Amino acid sequence: MARMKFLCDTERCIECNGCVTACKNENETPWGVNRRRVVTVNDGVPGEKSVSVACMHCSDAPCMAVCPTDCFYKTEEGVVLHNKDACIGCGYCFFACPFGAPQFPNGPAAFGVRGKMDKCTFCAGGPEENGSKAEFEKYGRNRLAEGKLPLCAEMCSTKALLAGDAPVVSDIYRERVARRGKAGEAWGWNTAYGKPEQAQERTQERAREQNREGAK
Amino acid sequence: MKKALFLALTATVGLAACGEYSQVPNYKQGNYQGKSDTRPWEGDKFAGNKQAWENDLRARNQGQTEYNRIK
Repeated sequence: MARMKFLCDTERCIECNGCVTACKNENETPWGVNRRRVVTVNDGVPGEKSVSVACMHCSDAPCMAVCPTDCFYKTEEGVVLHNKDACIGCGYCFFACPFGAPQFPNGPAAFGVRGKMDKCTFCAGGPEENGSKAEFEKYGRNRLAEGKLPLCAEMCSTKALLAGDAPVVSDIYRERVARRGKAGEAWGWNTAYGKPEQAQERTQERAREQNREGAK
Repeated sequence: MKKALFLALTATVGLAACGEYSQVPNYKQGNYQGKSDTRPWEGDKFAGNKQAWENDLRARNQGQTEYNRIK
């Protein structure tokens, strides 16, 4: 098993917010905390694109670097988790994160007091016994320990949101791109997931198609 | 007068930036000090069988591609 990652296929995301709802329900996150959100670019304009965003479980996570209490840790599967017992709710991680993943519940507190940070755990719980009540109350469901993937991805109706082992997820995405003939606008073929030989094959195939059309 | 002016100028140029100190903080990589976490395959369901856990996850992973269903 390599490294756990999310990938949202912007060509498939229909902004149904099913991932957001699934996450909120599965992890029973408090009012005001959405571990996952759907962002739409050029909303209402033909050709709009939506992308589902949560913690990206960065390889070199800025939240880990700035935390004054060093409450973050990374599991063997590359999932970035944190210990809520050590979190002081300072909000540094919120400012450091480029995806706005860390969230702060304030509940009924006055003057906007921040609670302990809450973020996507890749449905992997936290530093408590797997599947325990304490783990669920603090971090949400530990689906990974049940041999399951995060619910947001598994619930995705169009399978736009993929989760799991990074090479497998990349292969799934690559096969899609090869079949439909184009990548999403946000994720370029050659940027991260394209194998050069596949790009070459596709170019040759296109050239052959054009020749055939020309011959007609 | 000239000598005094020369000394003053030399001292100004020579001693300039002597009080300057590095303003770049020394960054130290912190280490996680909290509770240790159990690994996903160490729960009730898999009882430490990493292979079984990986197989389950692999099956779930492959379930995400609908092309497998039409093969």
